[in-house]
Amino acid sequence: MMPDLGKYAFAVLASYGVGLGLIVILVVASVLRARKVRAELEQIEQRSKRHG
Amino acid sequence: MSIWEYANPVKFIRTTDVVLPWISVAAVLCLATGLVWGFFFTPDDYRQGSTVKIFYLHVPAAMMAINAWAMMLVASLVWIVRRHHVSALAARAAAPVGATFTVIALATGALWGQPMWGTWWAWDPRLTSFLVLFLFYLGYMALWSAIENDDTAADLTSILCLVGSVFAILSRYAVLFWNQGLHQGASLSLDKQENVSDIFWYPALVCIAGFVLLFVALVFLRTQTEIRARRSRALLARERQA
Repeated sequence: MMPDLGKYAFAVLASYGVGLGLIVILVVASVLRARKVRAELEQIEQRSKRHG
Repeated sequence: MSIWEYANPVKFIRTTDVVLPWISVAAVLCLATGLVWGFFFTPDDYRQGSTVKIFYLHVPAAMMAINAWAMMLVASLVWIVRRHHVSALAARAAAPVGATFTVIALATGALWGQPMWGTWWAWDPRLTSFLVLFLFYLGYMALWSAIENDDTAADLTSILCLVGSVFAILSRYAVLFWNQGLHQGASLSLDKQENVSDIFWYPALVCIAGFVLLFVALVFLRTQTEIRARRSRALLARERQA
């Protein structure tokens, strides 16, 4: 199944590793920050409602 | 219906909430299909051997690094002319995505360049303008973080974005402006004679679609986050004044 990458195996595999790794980090960081900011806003809005 | 309706933060969040899951799924499908197709089911190039497989990550990432800056430019101009907060926040949201694509393009380019050119890096016009574009991304993000007032930050970063656009254009056309350096000309062209062979072109096209969809999905998500963060800051400021 794995293609024979020959003497360029390091260059190809490292490129896919770096590229996909950075994309995963970016997506995970974006989703986690989105959740955190959303929860913080809900908390602040509830507090604001309580205090009128 | 007018496009300016989406300048309303509530309308923007409501609309993007509906389309975001679909765009995200389409992005994952396109990226997975394109990369698996390119990596496992395309032949080696007769000159570049298996390194041609780097093409499926390097070219879409480089294209989107430049296009992300172009999107930020349009959003910045909308902010300057019409003062819509959502457009300024969308530009802010796009910057880390564009910066990451720039790093991917630079890193995969170095990994590709080493076996092909015998060096990881050269002060070639396209490579150098791409590096400067990356520095502009960093400067843009740093400027947003450094200024407390959102409107002032949006004003100054918009101007920085206009200046940085010179390097976004240079990184695209450097090969044509200065006919020198190691980097080859554009691999993709609408002219069938100049374009890469169809066997490489079709999976590359799917990868490009995947990168575009990923960019749109991330910008929507991150813009929603910036809108909410801005509202939090406004509510906290009101609390402090009360």
